[in-house]
Amino acid sequence: MDLDSKVPSGPLTEKWSKHRFEMKLVNPANKRKYSAIVVGTGLAGGSAAASLAELGYCVKAFCFQDSPRRAHSIGAQGGINAAKNYQNDGDSVYRLFFDTIKGGDFRSREANTYRLAEVSNNIIDQCAAQGIPFAREYGGTLANRSFGGAQVSRTFYARGQTGQQLLLGAYSALQRQVALGNVRMYPRTEMLDLVLVDGHAKGIVIRDLVTGEITSHAADAVVLATGGYGRVFNLSTMGLGCNVTAAYRAYTRGALFANPCYTQIHPTCIPHTGDYQSKLTLMSESLRNDGRIWVPKNRGDKRPPNEIPEAERDYYLERKYPSFGNLAPRDISSRSAKEVCDDGRGVGPSKYGVYLDFSDAIKRLGKQVITERYGNLFEMYHLITDEDPYTVPMRIYPASHYAMGGLWVDYNLMSNIPGLHVIGEANFSDHGANRLGASALMQGLADGYFILPYTIGDYFARVGAKNISTDRAEFREAEEAVASRLKKLLAIKGTRTVESFHKALGEIMWEKAGMARNETRLKQALEEIPKLREEFWQNARVLGSTEGLNMTLERAGRVADFLEFAEILCYDALNRQESCGAHFREEYQTPEGEALRDDKRFAYVAAWEYKGVGVKPELHKEELKFETVELATRSYK
Amino acid sequence: MNLTLHVWRQKNAQDKGRMEVYEARDVSPDMSFLEMLDVVNEDLVKKGIEPIHFDHDCREGICGACSLVINGIPHGGKKGCTTCELRMRNFKNGDTIYVEPFRAKAYPVIKDLTVDRSALDRIIQAGGYISVNTGGTPDANAILIPKDDAETAMDAAACIGCGACVAACKNASAMLFLSAKVSQFATLPQGRVEREKRVQNMIARMDAEGFGNCTNYFECEAVCPKEISIKFIAKMNREYLRAATK
Repeated sequence: MDLDSKVPSGPLTEKWSKHRFEMKLVNPANKRKYSAIVVGTGLAGGSAAASLAELGYCVKAFCFQDSPRRAHSIGAQGGINAAKNYQNDGDSVYRLFFDTIKGGDFRSREANTYRLAEVSNNIIDQCAAQGIPFAREYGGTLANRSFGGAQVSRTFYARGQTGQQLLLGAYSALQRQVALGNVRMYPRTEMLDLVLVDGHAKGIVIRDLVTGEITSHAADAVVLATGGYGRVFNLSTMGLGCNVTAAYRAYTRGALFANPCYTQIHPTCIPHTGDYQSKLTLMSESLRNDGRIWVPKNRGDKRPPNEIPEAERDYYLERKYPSFGNLAPRDISSRSAKEVCDDGRGVGPSKYGVYLDFSDAIKRLGKQVITERYGNLFEMYHLITDEDPYTVPMRIYPASHYAMGGLWVDYNLMSNIPGLHVIGEANFSDHGANRLGASALMQGLADGYFILPYTIGDYFARVGAKNISTDRAEFREAEEAVASRLKKLLAIKGTRTVESFHKALGEIMWEKAGMARNETRLKQALEEIPKLREEFWQNARVLGSTEGLNMTLERAGRVADFLEFAEILCYDALNRQESCGAHFREEYQTPEGEALRDDKRFAYVAAWEYKGVGVKPELHKEELKFETVELATRSYK
Repeated sequence: MNLTLHVWRQKNAQDKGRMEVYEARDVSPDMSFLEMLDVVNEDLVKKGIEPIHFDHDCREGICGACSLVINGIPHGGKKGCTTCELRMRNFKNGDTIYVEPFRAKAYPVIKDLTVDRSALDRIIQAGGYISVNTGGTPDANAILIPKDDAETAMDAAACIGCGACVAACKNASAMLFLSAKVSQFATLPQGRVEREKRVQNMIARMDAEGFGNCTNYFECEAVCPKEISIKFIAKMNREYLRAATK
């Protein structure tokens, strides 16, 4: 298969303007003849659905939540990057681009990443116009902070609730279009299959989660904005409903899955406390601006933190990375935390935790400043752990957080299936092997507000309005496949709960395909996953019926898909015999323990093609061509 | 600790519904309330009983999906806390806990503890936005906003749309929810262009959806997990009056 990225020719800085001119347009009067299905209404999907409707296209939008306002984009706390250079500290579009591509360890597509940086400024303008209450200075201008490994202050924020505020902005734009009749919204629905007509994505099959009814919807294009697959590790910072099902179903219909092994493990989450744990709560990375990370120098030190003298503390990030210190990128911070805990120096009841200490910052800045900056985060921590972070250092530990991998897309954000567009976290293109802090919100909104609305028009203009009917055989076949899969789940009538299968899968993935991987453990995972999957289909207990609300059935379908998807992640991790960004293979490291990239062999996107359940997928490669940046070793020392 | 739960079970909107009694054993104080229900549900599934259905997603107090009336109080009565953030250390061994859905005329029960809160979306559709299309907006710093105004707008915008305010109110009024959105936009220059229409249309929609009006019980503020102040209701009333007299 030839993977054509469709990156326009010409200088990097002019590609997007040139491409925008070259793309075909749909006449304003003809736009209403075209329809789009948008699945998922978080930042990417919500902004895309609203923008497409504003342009005049007919939009149907679907989400599994009871309201589009609840998508998990809402969980993002820290902020959103843009190259405004409002702080006069040397930022520029090129610097944001370069930081992003370097942060991604040179495994992203240059042109996509540059475009992301290019449109970042429009996003801030858009959001300010929507009435998003960004933090401000006394003179009324927007405030910025430095965030997650950036040496300039380019992050815009709304207290610790930036994701929530940006999502509510996109949601309000979407609700306006719903009221105008330009978007038909289907909350509490789940996409269970993609429908292809003559090789083009022309519809989906959904289950209404309230009535249980299975129906088909047709359109001229399908947009997946269904988020990431981080819940393959079971415990993660994501919402409990987040799943891989829509993306995975598209994969089984022929869409390629790219770089699934690039999974970000976020360094600052509250450590886990027991078997009942349902999720790991993220504490915004912005905390690392003022908190100092440390563990005791001595193994098994049982003293409470405030009794450990300064000389017996190891501020390991400051020691190892003097110039970035506590702000070292996420992958490095996470791996370092695991190292010190594996070394027996972890803290807290589970011993898998490190301190994030604000005592110096409180001394320097005063409690009030710290409250202004992090008040709500401190309260949340206090509520969950019953410890007051103003007096006792926080305890943190890494957790699965973000998926850089996703469905393969070209420069137009279209997958290898014509008509199937994939945006936001669900695609793979912009973050390479590691995403920098405050870049997820930026990418979701860039795709939804400023990229897809252009590129989808080009697709429409090229193929024309088809007015496909759901009476076609392709839809019947897909509906029947969906219905029979649901029946099959209910017919297992086993003894083990779906939840326990998800936990078991999570344990395999965390231990064997988590923060540090090696060939032996990945191969073990590839033996254990099919066994677990087989047991699932023989012994899972799914109660109730297909009619009406049935959360066990919903969960079972999602876990069944994770049990298949997990294998592609492992195959990809096994194939990538190098360490880059969040993908760390123990066999490939420098003598100092840093990631060892292999640009000669692995400067490519690994895109996997479905070959059947339990069959090794076929690898297709898109070589990454760097026309402008020089590949360098990432150093944060 | 061990607890006795009285939980509302209702098959669907047509079913009359009833309280059922379940035992929750070996509950850890570090569990969240929903994790405690997860454990009870695992046990129910093993016994072949359909699990208790409830809405939830982020489990960190920001998405607004979780609801539940716990011992008569939406979100369980701990200040500034959603049900998903509520930890079991707030209960003690041997406690009996009553768990019911958010109740209001405008929130029909879907199943067990899951209710339909789409009326809140329809209120937003009536005017909870600034009518600006994508693109063509001025530079963000071209709109100067005093820091205090931005902070006030953020205080209001912090609403997570859980709708506990309605469930707590004797009149099942959605005025705290509405006033948060109206006040956010009325405080910002961007929102002032449509301020009159916005407040009038949103209130008309609230009435049409079957929510009641505010008679100053202040229950909404007491249960609001984001501690949205009732001063915003006063602000909304001023906006409404202003719109009516303009």
